[in-house]
Amino acid sequence: MSERENRRLLVRLGAVAVAMFGFGYALVPLYYTVCDALGLRDLGRPDAVVNTQVDATRTVRVQFDTNVRSMGWQFTALERTADIHPGAVTQAVFRVVNSSGRAVTGQAIPSYAPRLAGEYFRKVECFCFQRQTLAPGETRLMPVVFVIDPGLPHEVATITLSYTFFEVEGTGDGQTGA
Amino acid sequence: MSSITQPIGGHADVAGGHEHHPSGIMRWITTTNHKDIGTMYLWFSFTMFIVGGVFALTIRSELFEPGMQIVTPERFNQLITLHGLVMIFGALMPGAVGFANWMIPLQIGAPDMAFARMNNLSFWLLPPAAIMLLLGLFVPGGAPETGWTLYPPLSIQQGMGMDLTIFAIHIMGASSIMGSINIITTILNLRAPGMTLMKMPLFCWSWLITAYLLIAVMPVLAGAVTMLLTDRHFGTSFFNAAGGGDPVLFQHVFWFFGHPEVYIIILPAFGLISEVIPTFSRKPLFGYASMVYALCAIAILSFLVWAHHMFTVGLPAAGILFYMYATMMIAVPTGVKVFNWLATMWRGSITLEAPMLFALGFLFLFTTGGFTGLIVAIQPIDVQFQDTYYVVAHFHYVMVAGTLFAFFAATYYWLPKWTGHMYNETVAKWHFWGSFIFFNVAFFPMHFLGLAGMPRRIPDYAQQFTNWNQVSTVGAFGFGLSQLIFLYAVVSCIRGGKPAPAKPWDGATSLEWTLPSPAPYHSFPTPPVVQ
Repeated sequence: MSERENRRLLVRLGAVAVAMFGFGYALVPLYYTVCDALGLRDLGRPDAVVNTQVDATRTVRVQFDTNVRSMGWQFTALERTADIHPGAVTQAVFRVVNSSGRAVTGQAIPSYAPRLAGEYFRKVECFCFQRQTLAPGETRLMPVVFVIDPGLPHEVATITLSYTFFEVEGTGDGQTGA
Repeated sequence: MSSITQPIGGHADVAGGHEHHPSGIMRWITTTNHKDIGTMYLWFSFTMFIVGGVFALTIRSELFEPGMQIVTPERFNQLITLHGLVMIFGALMPGAVGFANWMIPLQIGAPDMAFARMNNLSFWLLPPAAIMLLLGLFVPGGAPETGWTLYPPLSIQQGMGMDLTIFAIHIMGASSIMGSINIITTILNLRAPGMTLMKMPLFCWSWLITAYLLIAVMPVLAGAVTMLLTDRHFGTSFFNAAGGGDPVLFQHVFWFFGHPEVYIIILPAFGLISEVIPTFSRKPLFGYASMVYALCAIAILSFLVWAHHMFTVGLPAAGILFYMYATMMIAVPTGVKVFNWLATMWRGSITLEAPMLFALGFLFLFTTGGFTGLIVAIQPIDVQFQDTYYVVAHFHYVMVAGTLFAFFAATYYWLPKWTGHMYNETVAKWHFWGSFIFFNVAFFPMHFLGLAGMPRRIPDYAQQFTNWNQVSTVGAFGFGLSQLIFLYAVVSCIRGGKPAPAKPWDGATSLEWTLPSPAPYHSFPTPPVVQ
């Protein structure tokens, strides 16, 4: 077999290898596209409320837990707990103070205990849907409006909603990050 | 590595009558001969096997008792990482390339590999890459503590050992891709007249498909570790959650490479076993065409199942079901292969020389590992087994008792052709029984440990796991010592022994057995004609 044919195969297979290197990078936008299409990772979007039939026969206690991750912020809930009926639209207010000497942008990430309660906890409005930028010394009151789906399993009597604020790196001056 | 200068091909030189190539160490550095390069690959593979084995035995020693005795937790995790990387990228993959270099030209009647100089480069990239990988142990912060999967965020937070590992992976990947291009070109363009694709020995087929897999996925791994590198040093945020990236994305990109990778490791072993079993059953391989199609089916399916490594990251239910069923579907072509091997042996005139013993050991233990693979493919069960010793047991059954046993089988099978001497059958049988028994002593208890909930990659454990860990450690040392028997068997076969005839195995049919033993330094200068 001729040298030229070997060389042609070498070039073609080499091109495949280079293309696959590019494909590795193409997986990045592909991943986000698929996640969006399937409705995964949509932390910044309000939940759809399907059932607002208030179930007055049960009361669920919601505990609010607040954390900051290596940031100069003070983050507290005005009320530590709320006793509510599933289906009732409820508002909770949180206060955050930027006690550092610079403008800081933070992003709050919610989590739930017990974990399975998360899918019944529907946030209509939340400060965690956007990044929050606070000037030095600024104080801000931030609401969360939520409904607990009446489909919540009966053995769940207490739900903990925990927020952790993370600093969005590279956005210390308040401009939007990547 | 001084053993490299023991000229395995030295006898072959004389037989070939060509004296114009450099001698001494320069012969090995500058060689473009596929047999020399194959030999170097195999010795490199064995050296890395010993290095990775020492790491494994250190890990097992630490796990002999609960509590910390020998290494720090950080060092323990570094050894876990290096054991995996060294065994996969240093021992198993180069070992398979070594067999390919030696045997593919001989089996298809080609004078050498298609790109002889590139072949030399592919090999000589490996030692620097290995040194770089191991250097991680000696830099501040040590080697990565992430395990071989290099998951962020931990891999973003590691010290400079991580950068060394990333570059080592780049270099090894480049070597693999060049090796694969070489193998594909050799197989497609250099076959002897009459050697149609469907007449090729199955080992060549297995490598043809493996080489395509390598070209498709090694660049994806290179991309994944490059993204890690830029996340670490150049301000990108592919995987860095604080900058808007997603660590789970790394797992998808990594396993898009990683799952085909496990078939890259096992397919050449399938090919080797498909050579050994027909020879020692004295029957042609049962269902040759279906074996080829099964290889292709496994290769294609391997691209569609990667997320079964990520059953606990929070995939949507539809995704879980898809990956679960697709994974189980791989059992079909794999089952075709296992049953074809059994059918090949059915009513054959079987003799149990060392290659056949290892092939039977492979068949038995690999299938066991395949079954545990089916169990962890079931997502509700995998949620329990994720990151436990059950998984460790599973993949050692397919990697060690699968690929490594196939390498042993192939080594004994072809040693007479390589060296011109018969190996010592008694010593080889000791090697087999030592490996077979101690392998099971070392790895079978890990199933129990995993079922009981012992997590992997943790240097300490709860007291109730002590007994089986001690059994496992004893087995691991027995297995490690058995490999010294292998070294002795190979070295003594190189140095002397009963002269081997051209075809020492009466059931063998492929083209390499038409050459004298040892195979001349330059073989098939004019292509043979295959009927």
